[in-house]
Amino acid sequence: MSELVLPVLSLIVFIPIVAAVIILFLNGEQRDLVRGVAVAAALAVMLLSLAVYVGYNAQVAEVTVNQDALLASGSPMAATQMFAEGLAYEEHYEWVPSLGIGYHVGVDGLSAPMVLLTGMVALAGVLVSWRIDDRTREFMAFFLLLVAGVFGVFVSLDMFTLFFFYELAIFPMYLLIATWGWVELRQYASMKLTLYILVGSVVALVGVIAMVLVADGFFRTAEGAAVLQQAIAAGIVSPGSTSFSFDMVNLTLAAEAGAFDVPGYGGVETLTFARLWFPFIFIGFGVLAGVFPFHNWSPDGHVAAPTAVSMIHAGVLMKLGAYAALRAGVQLLPEGAQVHLPWIVFLTLINVVYGAFIAFRQRDFKYVIGFSSVSHMGLVSMGFATMNVIGMTGAGLQMFSHGAMTALFFGCVGMVYDQAHTRDIPSLGGFIKRMPWVGLAFVIGGLTSMGMPGLSGFIAEYPIFTGMWAASEQITLQAGGLVLSNYYSVIVVLAALGIVITAAYVLRVTGQVFLGEFNAALYPDVGDITITDRVVLVLLGSPLLILGVLPGVMAPMITSGVGPVLAILGGA
Amino acid sequence: MAGFDFLGSLPAIVPEVGLTILAIIILFLDVYLPGERRRNIAWVTVLGLLLLAVTPLVWAPPADPASQLVWGGMVRHDTLAQIFRVMILLGAALTALMSIDTKAHGRQGEFYLILVVATLGACLVSAAADLVMVFLGLETLSIPLYILTAFRRDDLRSAESGMKYFLFGAFASALMLFGLSILYGFSGQTSIYALAEVLPAASGEAVLPVLAALTLVVVGFGFKIGAAPFHFWTPDMYEGAPTPVTAFVSVASKAASFALLVRFLIAVFPQSLVVGGHEIQAFWVSLAALMAVISMTLGNVLALSQRNIKRLLAYSSIAQAGYALIGVVAIQSQTEQGVASVGFYLFMYTFTNLLAFAVVVFFSEATGSETIADLAGLNRRSPWLALMMTIALLSLGGIPPTAGFFGKFFLFNAAVQADLTWLAIVGVLNAIVALYYYLIVIKVMYVDRSADEDQPIALSRASGWALALPGLVVLLLGTVAAQPVFEWAVQGALALFQA
Repeated sequence: MSELVLPVLSLIVFIPIVAAVIILFLNGEQRDLVRGVAVAAALAVMLLSLAVYVGYNAQVAEVTVNQDALLASGSPMAATQMFAEGLAYEEHYEWVPSLGIGYHVGVDGLSAPMVLLTGMVALAGVLVSWRIDDRTREFMAFFLLLVAGVFGVFVSLDMFTLFFFYELAIFPMYLLIATWGWVELRQYASMKLTLYILVGSVVALVGVIAMVLVADGFFRTAEGAAVLQQAIAAGIVSPGSTSFSFDMVNLTLAAEAGAFDVPGYGGVETLTFARLWFPFIFIGFGVLAGVFPFHNWSPDGHVAAPTAVSMIHAGVLMKLGAYAALRAGVQLLPEGAQVHLPWIVFLTLINVVYGAFIAFRQRDFKYVIGFSSVSHMGLVSMGFATMNVIGMTGAGLQMFSHGAMTALFFGCVGMVYDQAHTRDIPSLGGFIKRMPWVGLAFVIGGLTSMGMPGLSGFIAEYPIFTGMWAASEQITLQAGGLVLSNYYSVIVVLAALGIVITAAYVLRVTGQVFLGEFNAALYPDVGDITITDRVVLVLLGSPLLILGVLPGVMAPMITSGVGPVLAILGGA
Repeated sequence: MAGFDFLGSLPAIVPEVGLTILAIIILFLDVYLPGERRRNIAWVTVLGLLLLAVTPLVWAPPADPASQLVWGGMVRHDTLAQIFRVMILLGAALTALMSIDTKAHGRQGEFYLILVVATLGACLVSAAADLVMVFLGLETLSIPLYILTAFRRDDLRSAESGMKYFLFGAFASALMLFGLSILYGFSGQTSIYALAEVLPAASGEAVLPVLAALTLVVVGFGFKIGAAPFHFWTPDMYEGAPTPVTAFVSVASKAASFALLVRFLIAVFPQSLVVGGHEIQAFWVSLAALMAVISMTLGNVLALSQRNIKRLLAYSSIAQAGYALIGVVAIQSQTEQGVASVGFYLFMYTFTNLLAFAVVVFFSEATGSETIADLAGLNRRSPWLALMMTIALLSLGGIPPTAGFFGKFFLFNAAVQADLTWLAIVGVLNAIVALYYYLIVIKVMYVDRSADEDQPIALSRASGWALALPGLVVLLLGTVAAQPVFEWAVQGALALFQA
């Protein structure tokens, strides 16, 4: 697709790793040098990810035209071809060829925005951690490793590589929270978060191995071998492909050909592989996206983490779970998605409403944001559950929008806490007078969070609700003798309630923390923020505005990204 | 013996010949070197072992399986033996390297002498192809280890653990010998590779005695690899023995025994072996599955409450044996994946565990403590020790970019391929439990504060090497080197199936 000059994506993944190693070899006392290396690396990857985004955006029109042509052609492997040809900046090397493991990276319309988001939040995270003086060297090194892992997941096109980076991200996160987090909660929260996420991911890992094995069995049949040969001839999958492969393109091919929908899996007549494993894989990754009832790690984890880690965690890592659930769950097991998402949608509703309600009840400033993430991430999964183009595009937009927004929120909370040394909402007040930048940023984030038109939240949430409404007629749920139809419209009405509660808690927090009387006696030292903090706020706040006014810079791209997923859902 | 090709057979035992020569050199140096230069004995051992670790590669096994059985069928010169010899020799070299600066035995020539003899036994075990050689090799490995365990003879704990290890080990050897003698009694054969053919007829199609022999042998191996429920010696032995010895026992002895276990099971009780209408393989597969589940679960659960780092690593090693047994169970699919994953797992485990124990050695040499709580503030006292321990623990826990991730992945992959998804699930859930206690140790090193944290721990040059080498290997195996080593292990596994 693109003329490859530089291995841009590998640079994005490996610059932070190299920087982390360099930092570990520096003298721990030279804190400014450490910070300098860290910020240089973060800036470099931020610019590269922006370049990737812009570069891909330039191709979107072409990709979309091509996708429409493929859909119209009615080819039996149209969806796979759409997926394969929509990829850009691809790099493919063999890693363990005998097990079909390759280092295969690339971006499409779904992952390019996530790469940009990660770049932004990574730079913001380094800047916001400027004043960390306790073992700066280790902090920055682990933070950059975490960033590398997150980038790795978003660009991976091989399930093994994806797991490799997924697990790579978890350990630095644990240590960052446990070491530099909020003293009272950090040990409990960091361990809880790590174990929750790991349990989900390793169960998904076993599922993926089983999936690869089923695909292998399929590609070994005469029919499957023909499909594989045809795909190789058409240049869809890589020429050296074997039947046993972790490559997502190959697995998508198997999924489209129906390899995972064969009844009789495990000796049970009505069971297919997709039906059995979809909940484990989707929810396994969904743990990281905060899917109810496995969201419990998230508020504690976010509150306990140091500001930069909260930002990257709520801003990017939760999307990583949603992204992986979409890729490995919906895209590779479409039949499972059709069977299971109609009930999983109830979980997402609980996320949205319950998360918002709990956020409303919090006294701790940071817990409000923590639970608001649970609520907003519910909308992402709800968007997946629509299984139509509007809703899924909304989900993709929501991933980006919520990422920037929540990182901004956590940045604001951190800046307030740094000076006030408390996060107890009732005892704060009037901070906008002393910290006008933070106050303004928080208001922008808050309005985004409520879905105010003109900001990115509206652009993201409106399509999700529209998509739900549109899906209502198509989707029915059958459980035993019970048949539910048209219930998506009910869910969407209830979910709208979540938005109302969101408005309530955002206004309450804004009113109590930033407006009102400032108690100068209680907070004598509170002043305005530093220049690095301002850069952070601008960096994270501006996408909310830009996307709100010009949705065209991202919406078509995400639509092109969900195209193959929908094609495969439609064909399954 | 007609047509005995001496020169042609010699390459099969080059490492063993070299080890014997090395042992004699050490013996002479120990007698003649003056006190102040005795540190050189250790260096000679290290360099000698490193040099010998290359020999299995230089004198590679013949490609033709028919000519691999040499020395009257005593040893089999194949790729599996090659891998395990390399890992055992490197493990021994690193053990010697981490011993150099220990106060208790760093300058005692006999320590290195006994270590080299134990290594000799382990090398023989990994290539043994005859019941006589199996037993001789295991005893040549075990008896020096009993001595090494009790090496600090004025220390009560060391003496106690040596005695315990000896009693349990001797008991296990006796059981195994009994099992081997039943096999011999039936068949009149001592060659591992000839037993399977004659066994059904020789036992008169009576399945019970064959199963009894199999069970006794597997129990014996269970003791040697420290798998539950035959693990009772492990925690006390690990805690009491000098730490480098613990390290050596935890890797070399375990690796050699695993090599022999897979070779023995595949050769003597292959899938094709049917006695009295019963498939024998199904029996040992269930036995191994049972041991795997018990080892993983018991090891991990008991490790949770440990306060001593060596005891923690002991219980962790029981669990690790359980993971490796998953690969043994996966042999039931008759593909090379199971054995290959065991080979890779032990290869990476050797370096990982040696790295962890090296940190323990240097830490306790500097502070005299082995409790986990005393590791507090290690990151401030010695960032390198803390980082290396972290790498080792992450590898044991199976987190990338360390070797353990690939090791576990290969095992679980083999299990799923062998239609053992349930076992893979038990394995991954256990890996999570394990990660809990590994992370706790990391947390103590990085997060907890201690009164001594402004006293840095100095590392000698030898110690630096003993950390850097395995640390680098663990990281390489977790990234670029995973592929070649796994392919090597696949070759080793294939060698077992083409007997």
